[in-house]
Amino acid sequence: MNAPLIDRYPLAFKLYPYARSADQDVATPARHPVVIVGGGPVGLAAALDLGLRGQPVVVLDDHEGVGQGSRAICFAKRTLEIAHRLGAGADMLAKGVVWQKGRVFHDRDEIFDFDLLPEAGHRCPAFINLQQPHFERFLHEAIERANAGGAQIDVRGKNRVDAMQADHTGALLDVMTPEGGYQIHADWLIACDGARSPVRDMMGLGFEGRVFEDNFLIADVKMTADFPTERWFWFEPWFKSGSSALLHKQPDDIWRIDFQLGWDIDREKELKPENVRARVDAMLGADVEYELDWCSIYTFQCRRMEKFRHGRVLFAGDSAHQVSPFGARGANSGVQDADNLAWKLDMVLRGQAPESLMDTYCQERVAAAEENILNSTRATDFLTPKSSVSKAFRDAVLSLAQEFEFARPLINSGRLSVPCVYDAHALNGEDALEGPARTRPGAPCPDAPLGNGFLLDQLGPDFTILSIGAGLEGTFDVAGQTLRVVAVTEDEAKGPIAERYLGGAASAVYLIRPDQHVAGRWPSADVAKIAVALDRATGRVTHAA
Amino acid sequence: MPLNTKANLGNPDGFYESLVGAHDGLSEAQSEALNARLILLLANHIGDLAVLRDAITKARQNIPK
Ligand SMILES: Cc1cc2nc3c(=O)[nH]c(=O)nc-3n(C[C@H](O)[C@H](O)[C@H](O)COP(=O)(O)OP(=O)(O)OC[C@H]3O[C@@H](n4cnc5c(N)ncnc54)[C@H](O)[C@@H]3O)c2cc1C
Repeated sequence: MNAPLIDRYPLAFKLYPYARSADQDVATPARHPVVIVGGGPVGLAAALDLGLRGQPVVVLDDHEGVGQGSRAICFAKRTLEIAHRLGAGADMLAKGVVWQKGRVFHDRDEIFDFDLLPEAGHRCPAFINLQQPHFERFLHEAIERANAGGAQIDVRGKNRVDAMQADHTGALLDVMTPEGGYQIHADWLIACDGARSPVRDMMGLGFEGRVFEDNFLIADVKMTADFPTERWFWFEPWFKSGSSALLHKQPDDIWRIDFQLGWDIDREKELKPENVRARVDAMLGADVEYELDWCSIYTFQCRRMEKFRHGRVLFAGDSAHQVSPFGARGANSGVQDADNLAWKLDMVLRGQAPESLMDTYCQERVAAAEENILNSTRATDFLTPKSSVSKAFRDAVLSLAQEFEFARPLINSGRLSVPCVYDAHALNGEDALEGPARTRPGAPCPDAPLGNGFLLDQLGPDFTILSIGAGLEGTFDVAGQTLRVVAVTEDEAKGPIAERYLGGAASAVYLIRPDQHVAGRWPSADVAKIAVALDRATGRVTHAA
Repeated sequence: MPLNTKANLGNPDGFYESLVGAHDGLSEAQSEALNARLILLLANHIGDLAVLRDAITKARQNIPK
């Protein structure tokens, strides 16, 4: 494959212009511990996380920056918390439009509303809306800051992976650049090359699932309007611009509008500006002034790879799983893949954990992908009923919802992204605390105010002990390792942190993974028990299932 | 509580008459809508997913060919 390097899409931001690498001038392929294919949100997050952990990382992308078109706009709380840990969260929060409420209409009537974060005491909001190019740009800026501080993250633009050979030592890649091809060897390869993943194809791996027979038209429009910053969704809207419609605010006075068009459509005709405008006018009123910023028609599928680990090749993000946009589970879950993968691979590379730890990346993230696909499929079946009976039930729910409260929770316009709890997974340790269910082993730690800041800011990047009224402070030696202790005194143990981590218990000791998921919890510090949990959470000792 | 498949209707003939009678004068599509609304109302009243799933399974078994 020596096809010329042509941009497949125009760039919104040129971030990493092509520059010749020393690897292009050596006789035998250079070896790198980690090579990432794809500089989308997931590849950049994985690179940043590994780079901050001290691993040299090469990222190969066939473009020189971020593509135009906003695609993802809704970034969830957990993603923002991860971005915060990686040093990119503050920029995202400053630019993004914060929201947490949504309303659902049928025809003209409001039939349902929701609040995604009805409790206080979290640094990050339930959601922000931010155009995907900005999300990626902020990650890349954080990479540049990390590099200035000594990290070695080498993002190579216009470096396209054309072929590969994988074996138990890693993968040998054929890379094409504007100046010709070269080869590099990756001890570990992370494929973050998107839904059409060339790496997946080169390895002959499958990507099975369901295609949904419907088309959605996105019109991002620029206008000054005073609609609230809520997610508004219409089933069978009175303005008849589609069988459903969505309106949602983005930064810079851009509004995401989305219309459901049905299956048999003429794409070219529908994308003509005058036809897009006719639909938008019907929705907003002919007197509202706006500019069309970006339009696109998309169809969608729910599918995943059977396994996300194939020897020394790991798949993350859209290359591994794909969902419909309703629920905003694509990029959000991909960033969580990176969060799960980075600390594990770092420990394996340092010889602190066996290679088999990477199998738990696959197990935990397959479970998350299953959950996302389930939610996405259910929402899609509600939006796009696949039979006349399915449509009859959907319409029955909508008509009952106006009159009867019971039908409202059945309305499904997308269940928005929440992180997966890794229940009953191999890395989970003991739950010896009569504590709240939301902080059980496997759960992501909920945030809470602590001191002048927030709890999550103090958790990670390594395994951490959280001691609440249990008398620990400073560091804690366990299983030959010294763990940092986040100490919450008895006096501080009230309000949200007590509600979320103590429940009815008087004191608690939590072992927390580098990705801020709970590994185990006890009423007090018992070194022997924590040692067992730490060995298990790092895959050094696998427990008899 | 398991799905009750013992006789439980106080007035079986009266119920049956009301159920079929509710469809009088409706088109097939309207009847389908009525059935869907009715099932949803009753399902909410029952509330217990295990019981509902049991009922769905039993209703689905032995569907005439
Ligand atoms: C209309 C729409 C709306 C969406 N809304 C949301 C939302 O609100 N929230 C959300 O979380 N998600 C949303 N998504 C999903 C989200 O856009 C994707 O999940 C996300 O982009 C996946 O990121 P990624 O890094 O895995 O892959 P990508 O973003 O696809 O990045 C892959 C990268 O790999 C590069 N690449 C490909 N092949 C090669 C090669 N051979 N060599 C080198 N580089 C290569 C590509 O150029 C690209 O830069 C939406 C998607 C759509 C279509």
